[in-house]
Amino acid sequence: MKFIEPHGHMVSRTTDDYTKLALSGCMAVCEPAFWAGFDRATAAGFYDYFRQLTYVEPARALKFGLRHYCWLCINPKEADDPVFAREVMSLIPEFLKANNVLGIGEIGLNKNTRNELLIFEEHVQLALLHDLPILIHTPHLEDKRKGTRLMLDALANFPKLAREKVIIDHVEEHTIASVLDQGYWAGMTLYPDSKCSPNRAIDMVELYGKERIWMNSACDWGHSDPLAVPKCALEMRKREHSDEEIEKIIYHNPIHFLNQSPNFARDFPTLNPST
Amino acid sequence: MPTRKKLLDLQFIEARHKLIELAAFLDRIDRHSGPDDERLQAMQAVLPILLEKNPGRAARILDGLSDMSEEMLESAPFQGAFGAPMNHTPRIS
Ligand SMILES: [Zn+2]
Repeated sequence: MKFIEPHGHMVSRTTDDYTKLALSGCMAVCEPAFWAGFDRATAAGFYDYFRQLTYVEPARALKFGLRHYCWLCINPKEADDPVFAREVMSLIPEFLKANNVLGIGEIGLNKNTRNELLIFEEHVQLALLHDLPILIHTPHLEDKRKGTRLMLDALANFPKLAREKVIIDHVEEHTIASVLDQGYWAGMTLYPDSKCSPNRAIDMVELYGKERIWMNSACDWGHSDPLAVPKCALEMRKREHSDEEIEKIIYHNPIHFLNQSPNFARDFPTLNPST
Repeated sequence: MPTRKKLLDLQFIEARHKLIELAAFLDRIDRHSGPDDERLQAMQAVLPILLEKNPGRAARILDGLSDMSEEMLESAPFQGAFGAPMNHTPRIS
């Protein structure tokens, strides 16, 4: 079964993980820019991170037969200082020229502060300026509900924003309806201890339908599982979802969304009907 | 869609395991001394939702463990999260 890992922090993963992903049918990994587990001391630290995402990691992935794409931004955990955040954001346009960049992400909120929201809105402006898709991180645990609402309210103030080009990630049962109702895509993150379990994600597929939804592992430097997506596919099979339905969620839906990114549309082979 | 029986055959043992883990966790907390904790209060407040008859229990439990405050701070006093609101913030419906 083919799948796409639409959200994996591969710079934190081992070569064994790449091998397992390739063996289990992964066709591409997409890596949003995020927190490294510590706050970077300087904007130059982000300059090097962006180099890693746009030049180093794609070459590493290719050794395992995997395409690697990335999203760029300053993540919400490090965006609470607007002066620093803007310094990092000023580096992004140069890297948008790299041929594996999908869009702006994962932007969002962490502790739902005014500073974070300001930088979130400036990232949305940046994406609009370059006509790129947006990947949005919603906060963890007790902060998710409020953060999701704040961002949906903020996004509603951008009349030119094409909502089908925005995916709001890490949705759970208490946030998914508002995201889908307002026309955005929803990402379900399969995480061992927090976020969503495979069975809860499948419940949401059964309750909310198979449109504008994807699943990801968000594997990173913490306790997480790069094979969470294919493992969830197996659970779907146990719950009598057809192979076609499963492949729609884990392969065709990500392609559908990512195809809105010029670099993905040009590069990913199955998108060309003639191939 | 599998029948209810098939789903029970697949998942009952796992759900039973999680239920007993939760009960043992609450027993364990009771056996240890210390000040009252907002996380524990929040968990106790949402437990009755498990016994409700209407669907949407998971969403209601998540809501019960969520920060329902309206106000926003300028800047974050810390980065992480606890799993339940840790200060007495006004609730919204
Ligand atoms: Zn992430």
